[in-house]
Amino acid sequence: MQAVPGRNYFELFGLPESFDVDVVELAGRYRELQRRFHPDRFAAASESDRRRSVQMTAEINAAYQALRDPVARGRYLLELRGVAMHADTDTRMEPAFLMQQMELREALAETRAVADRGARLARLQRQVEELMEQKVAALRRHLAAGGGDGNAAARNAVREMQFLQKLTREIEELE
Amino acid sequence: MALLQISEPGQSTAPHQHRLAAGIDLGTTNSLIATVRSGVADTLPDEHGRHLLPSVVRYRKDADPVVGDAALDAAADDPLNTIASVKRLMGRGLADVARLADHLPYEFAAGDSGMPRLRTAAGERSPVEVSADILRLLRQRAEAALGGELTGVVITVPAYFDDAQRQATKDAGRVAGLNVLRLLNEPTAAAVAYGLDHEAEGVFAIYDLGGGTFDISILRLNRGVFEVLATGGDSALGGDDMDHAIAEWMLREAGIRSGIDARLLRRLKRDARAAKQGLTDRERVEVTTTRPDGSVWKGTLTRELLNQMVDPLIERTLSATRRALKDAGLKPADIKDVVMVGGSTRMPRVREQVAGYFGRAPLADIDPDKVVAIGAAIQADILAGNKPDSDMLLLDVIPLSLGLEVMGGMVERIIPRNATIPTARAQEFTTFKDGQTAMAIHVVQGERDLVSDCRSLARFELRGIPPMVAGAARIRVAFQVDADGLLSVAAREQATGIEAHVEVKPSYGLTDSEIERMLRESIEHASDDVAARMLREQQVEADRVLEAVQAALTADGDRHLNAAERAAIDAGLTALRSARAGNDPAAIKRAITAVDDATREFAARRMDASVQAVLAGHRLEEFSK
Repeated sequence: MQAVPGRNYFELFGLPESFDVDVVELAGRYRELQRRFHPDRFAAASESDRRRSVQMTAEINAAYQALRDPVARGRYLLELRGVAMHADTDTRMEPAFLMQQMELREALAETRAVADRGARLARLQRQVEELMEQKVAALRRHLAAGGGDGNAAARNAVREMQFLQKLTREIEELE
Repeated sequence: MALLQISEPGQSTAPHQHRLAAGIDLGTTNSLIATVRSGVADTLPDEHGRHLLPSVVRYRKDADPVVGDAALDAAADDPLNTIASVKRLMGRGLADVARLADHLPYEFAAGDSGMPRLRTAAGERSPVEVSADILRLLRQRAEAALGGELTGVVITVPAYFDDAQRQATKDAGRVAGLNVLRLLNEPTAAAVAYGLDHEAEGVFAIYDLGGGTFDISILRLNRGVFEVLATGGDSALGGDDMDHAIAEWMLREAGIRSGIDARLLRRLKRDARAAKQGLTDRERVEVTTTRPDGSVWKGTLTRELLNQMVDPLIERTLSATRRALKDAGLKPADIKDVVMVGGSTRMPRVREQVAGYFGRAPLADIDPDKVVAIGAAIQADILAGNKPDSDMLLLDVIPLSLGLEVMGGMVERIIPRNATIPTARAQEFTTFKDGQTAMAIHVVQGERDLVSDCRSLARFELRGIPPMVAGAARIRVAFQVDADGLLSVAAREQATGIEAHVEVKPSYGLTDSEIERMLRESIEHASDDVAARMLREQQVEADRVLEAVQAALTADGDRHLNAAERAAIDAGLTALRSARAGNDPAAIKRAITAVDDATREFAARRMDASVQAVLAGHRLEEFSK
C-alpha cells in the first residue's frame, strides 16, 4: 500500500525529517491543517476547489497516519531513503527473534485455558510493551547510523515491530 | 474560488446574506427537519404541532402518496401499500432484502438496475423514491415555515452506513430536489447538538437506539475538532425489535395460532408499542387485542416482564459498545459522558443498563428524538455560510474497509476501516496473462477476507491495455473517499496512461439518468416548470462561482498569477457573466466548467501558499513564546 504521491510528510507538517517527533506538536499541526482545508470549509466553493480540498485533506490524513506512531514513522523514513518494506519475497528474520515470538504466542495460546486469564494477559502485554520499547530505541539508533547497514538493521527492526503490533492486537482481542 | 476561507481567517469578505438551511434526520421510524433561527436550532412542526414525521409512505392508485401520521394510521388496513422502515432497504440489493423479508410484509420486484422495487398500488417504487417522498414533505414543511427556498441541507446517516447506503441517501435528497451539503453521521450530529464541541477535550460515547438501528460511536473532542475513534452497531436492532418481541408475547398469551396476516401483525405491533411507551412511567399496563375470530383478549404487561423481553436486545447493544470501545483502545471509565439518542433511550431499562455499564448517568436533557436533527441544523447553518467565523470541524472515519477482488475470490484491502476521511490510497496491480488487454476491477466493502462475504459496490473494466507479457503492465488503482464517505475509484495503466474512472455507483444503485428522470417526474408532478427550475439552478451556481472567483482574485490574484493566466481567467469570467445573462442552462454549465478549468492551477497555488501560511504562523507563535 502506498500513499498518494505528493510532498514530503515532514515538510507538510513543517517538522524536521527525523525519527524523533513531538507527537503533541504533530497532533496540533494536523488539526490546524485539517481545520483550514477540510471540505466543509469549501461547501460553497467551486468544484475544483472542493476537489482539491478533498485531495489535500486526504494527503494530510495519510501524512498524519505515517508519522504518528513509531512503526509507521520508521517505515516512512525508510521509504524516503528508498528502502522498501513490502517485499513479500524477503521473509528472513533473526532466529532469536522468531524463537521469542513463538514463545510469546505459545504463552498467549495458553491463556485461553487458564482461570487467571486477565492477569496473564496483562503480564504478556507488559512483556510485549517492553520489547516494543527496546525495538523503538534500536530503530532510533539504526536510523541515526544510516548507510546500507544502518538502514538494513532499521528495516529489520520495523518488521519485528510489525510482528509485535500484531501480537498486541491479538492480546487486546482476547481481553 | 472560495479559498478565501483559508487565507485570512477572521476576515470575512462580502457581508453574508442569511441563507436558508436545514438539518434532516431521515430516521427508520421517524424523520425530522430542524433549522437555526435567531441563533437557536429547533425542529419544525407540522400544522398540527407535531415535530416527528413518521417515516411511513402510503401509495394509492391515481393519487398523491400520503406521508407521515396519515399513512401510519392507514398502515394496519393497507399494509402492502404502506411502506415503513424504508431506511432498512436503502442501498440494499435483492439478496439482502430477501434476508429481511421475514420482518417485512411488502412485495418486491427486481428493478432495471438490480435495485429492489416495492410493488404498490401506485406502481413500483424504489427505496430511494420512498425516502425522497419523505424528504419532499419535510422540505415543504421547512419552506412553508421559513418562507423561502432551502439553499442546502445536511442529512444524517448512521455512522456505519456503507458506501451504497450513503449514496442511496444522497440520491434520495437529489430526487427530492434538495442540495445536499453534507451527509453527517448521526452520533456526530448529536454531539454537536449538545455543544460538546465547546468542551476543551474528552472522549464521549454516543448511544443511539432508534426504531430500527443501533449505533454506538466513540468520539474524541479536542479544541473543537471531532474525531471519531470508533463506530459500531447493528443495522437491524432497535425499538421495532422490542415491539416485535412484545407482539410475539401477545400472540402466545392470546393463543393466536392461525389467521396471522400482515394486517394483524401491524395491529399487534402498534398495540405493543403503546404498551412499551406506557411502561416508561408506570409499572404495569393493561393490553387488549382482538383475535382473528373476533374474540377479545386482555392481559397485563409488567415492567419486569418487559425488562426480561428487552434485556437480550439491550445486551446486544452493550456488546457492540464493548467492541467499539475495544476498537478505540479504551475502557468504560475513559468515557467522559454518554449521550442518549433515539426514542428507545427513553425506556428506563435502557438508561439503567447504559448507566450501569459506563458507571455514570447518561446525558439526556435534549429530546432524544430531536437531538440528531438539531445537530444537523447547526452544521447546515455553518456550511451554508451563515457563520463565517465558526472554526468547527467534524472529522469522521470510514466505517468499513474498502478493497478490491484479487485472484481466488480474495479481498485485497485498500482502505482500512476507521481511517479518517477524506482519504485516498492507491495500489498497483498487474496482468496475469500474456497479451491481456483488459482488467476487471471489482470494488467491495467489508471486513471479511472472501469477496463473497463482503458487499459488492461496483464493477468496472480498464480496457485498452497494450498487449504485454504477464506481469509487465502496471495498473494503479486509486481510491478516494470524500467527507460524506462516498467513494470514487480511478484505474490507470502507468506505461500508457490509459485511464478509467468511476464514481462508485453500487451495483444495485441508481444511474444518473434514473435520478434525473425521477426528479423530472416529481417536478412535473408538482406542475413546476422544469426548464425554469434548471435555469434557476444554473444561475445560482454561476453566481456562486462568480462571487468566489472574484473574491479569490481580489485577495491573491496579483501574488499567484502572471498576466496571461489572469487574462485567461478574466475571459472565462466574462464568458460566464454573458452566459448567466442568457437563458440556456447548458451554456451556463459549460461556462462554469471552463472557469473551473481555468482556475485549477490558481487554486492549487493558493492552497500551497496557505499551507505555508499555516506553518509560518506556527513558527511565529513558537518564536514569540
